[in-house]
Amino acid sequence: MTLPKYVEDARILTQKERMEGVFEIIVSSEKIAAEAKPGQFVQLGLPEGETILRRPVGIAARDEEKKRLTFFYRVVGHGTGLLASHQAGDNLSILGPLGHGFSMEAKRPLLVGGGIGLSPLLSWAQAFPGRADVLMGGRTAVELFWQEDFRPFVREIHITTDDGSLGTKGFTVAILPELLQKNSYDCVMVCGPERMMRAAAEIAQKAQVPCQVSLEKRMACGLGACLSCSVDGQDGRRRKVCKDGPVFWAEEVFP
Amino acid sequence: MNDLLETELCGIQMKTPIFTGSGTFGFGEEFADFVDLSRIGGVVVKGTTLLPRRGNDGIRITETPSGMLNCIGLENPGVEVFLRETLPRISKYHMNVIVNVSGSSVEDYGKLAEMLDVEGVSAIELNISCPNVKEGGIVFGTDPKAAAAVTKAAKEKTKKPVIVKLSPNVTDITEMALAVEGAGADMISLINTLMGMEINIHTWKPTLGNITGGLSGPCVKPVALRMVWQVASKVRVPVIGMGGITTAEDAVEFFLAGASAVAVGTVNFADPAATMKIADGLECYLRQKGLSHISELTGKLDLTF
Repeated sequence: MTLPKYVEDARILTQKERMEGVFEIIVSSEKIAAEAKPGQFVQLGLPEGETILRRPVGIAARDEEKKRLTFFYRVVGHGTGLLASHQAGDNLSILGPLGHGFSMEAKRPLLVGGGIGLSPLLSWAQAFPGRADVLMGGRTAVELFWQEDFRPFVREIHITTDDGSLGTKGFTVAILPELLQKNSYDCVMVCGPERMMRAAAEIAQKAQVPCQVSLEKRMACGLGACLSCSVDGQDGRRRKVCKDGPVFWAEEVFP
Repeated sequence: MNDLLETELCGIQMKTPIFTGSGTFGFGEEFADFVDLSRIGGVVVKGTTLLPRRGNDGIRITETPSGMLNCIGLENPGVEVFLRETLPRISKYHMNVIVNVSGSSVEDYGKLAEMLDVEGVSAIELNISCPNVKEGGIVFGTDPKAAAAVTKAAKEKTKKPVIVKLSPNVTDITEMALAVEGAGADMISLINTLMGMEINIHTWKPTLGNITGGLSGPCVKPVALRMVWQVASKVRVPVIGMGGITTAEDAVEFFLAGASAVAVGTVNFADPAATMKIADGLECYLRQKGLSHISELTGKLDLTF
């Protein structure tokens, strides 16, 4: 089932750089803020003439009453660089809500994220306060500014850093087996670099905990038309990240 | 009813002479939240082949100055799945469905034309110009004899109007146009994408998985307009002009250059309602100019100085 999608003007309410190259942006939105589900995304358009294509951005939080949406993005190229140059009061265009999000049935999930991948996971935590734990990883402590965003909504925060400057030293997934053994999670929801997602999915499978992954691909339309973002499914059929995902059950897209 | 834009081409009744570019509009259904699909003159669906194709690996799109490169590689479920699943599913939108087809041999085009000679298909567009797959027709699109052979093969196997979509990656586009017209093409559409590439200066590798890709968007509009003008001046069959059309004003230029209809492509990605805005804008333009029908613009380029 596909719900209606909208194109809305979105005025920038605040934009701040949370760490070098990573921005949090809050924009006005009525319909999308009212209807978006955790894990869905929007196609964000810059003011006319700045770019040809929209850019896909995961929804990190929504506020139906205040009519707002929050996104995080990392400056990786021309489009995100231009986005970072805009200020409160400037107008963007958003198309959404797009795609399929994370399971709404989970009662006690573990959210696993690295870098900007923590953004869509935050939307789940915010939608179901007090249910999830989060395992977040980064290279150094600076990259874990996300703690303060998750804290109001989750029970436990587990942290890893590559250099040991915060939490457990090592890769994020290194402590996943232990966490899955000690707790009775009913779902693992992962978003981050593909290698991390594949490793997490394998660990979750061994522990027999259902696992969802949120994939990222370049896309033009976000509506399932351009086929820029297609990936192989395990059954041999192709999947479109924009429409069939971005969130998939791990066994649907990973071997 | 909007008689300013109502058009009939080769027996196809259209509320507007605005088509969608193949590969930019899926099967139409993806855009149902944003447009009245029955108001689009022809929804040209994603390139279809005899057998399913998974398309190219690696990065498939990248934005370029005022445009984009793509190398999707004709990913599609194949003509049988299209006929069995897609066509019945989209019939509820009452749109003119035009099926864009690609083959790797002359016989493939004949076979596809025959299989698609069914109710619910308004016309067939022969893609002899996909730059992104070896067998995607480009060999037929750069050789006038091969282009004529493909056109003839399709015409012999279907009663539907046959549109031939030309590649701009040729020395003389009019030679190709005359060849397919001579072989029986009912309409000619142009241009397909221009072959291009982008290199990542940090990795020294091509951005696109297929190394090269097809360039589209506003940056190609002047080239497209010039080619539409050249072709429309030479052929008698209707020309569908496309290449970077983003606004109604862009569309007006193509009509003046000789197009009987236009197709809208890359802009659908940025604004899914673009086709409707262009239709509204064309009506507005015609009223302002005191014209009673869009056909009064076709080929009216004034070359007196």
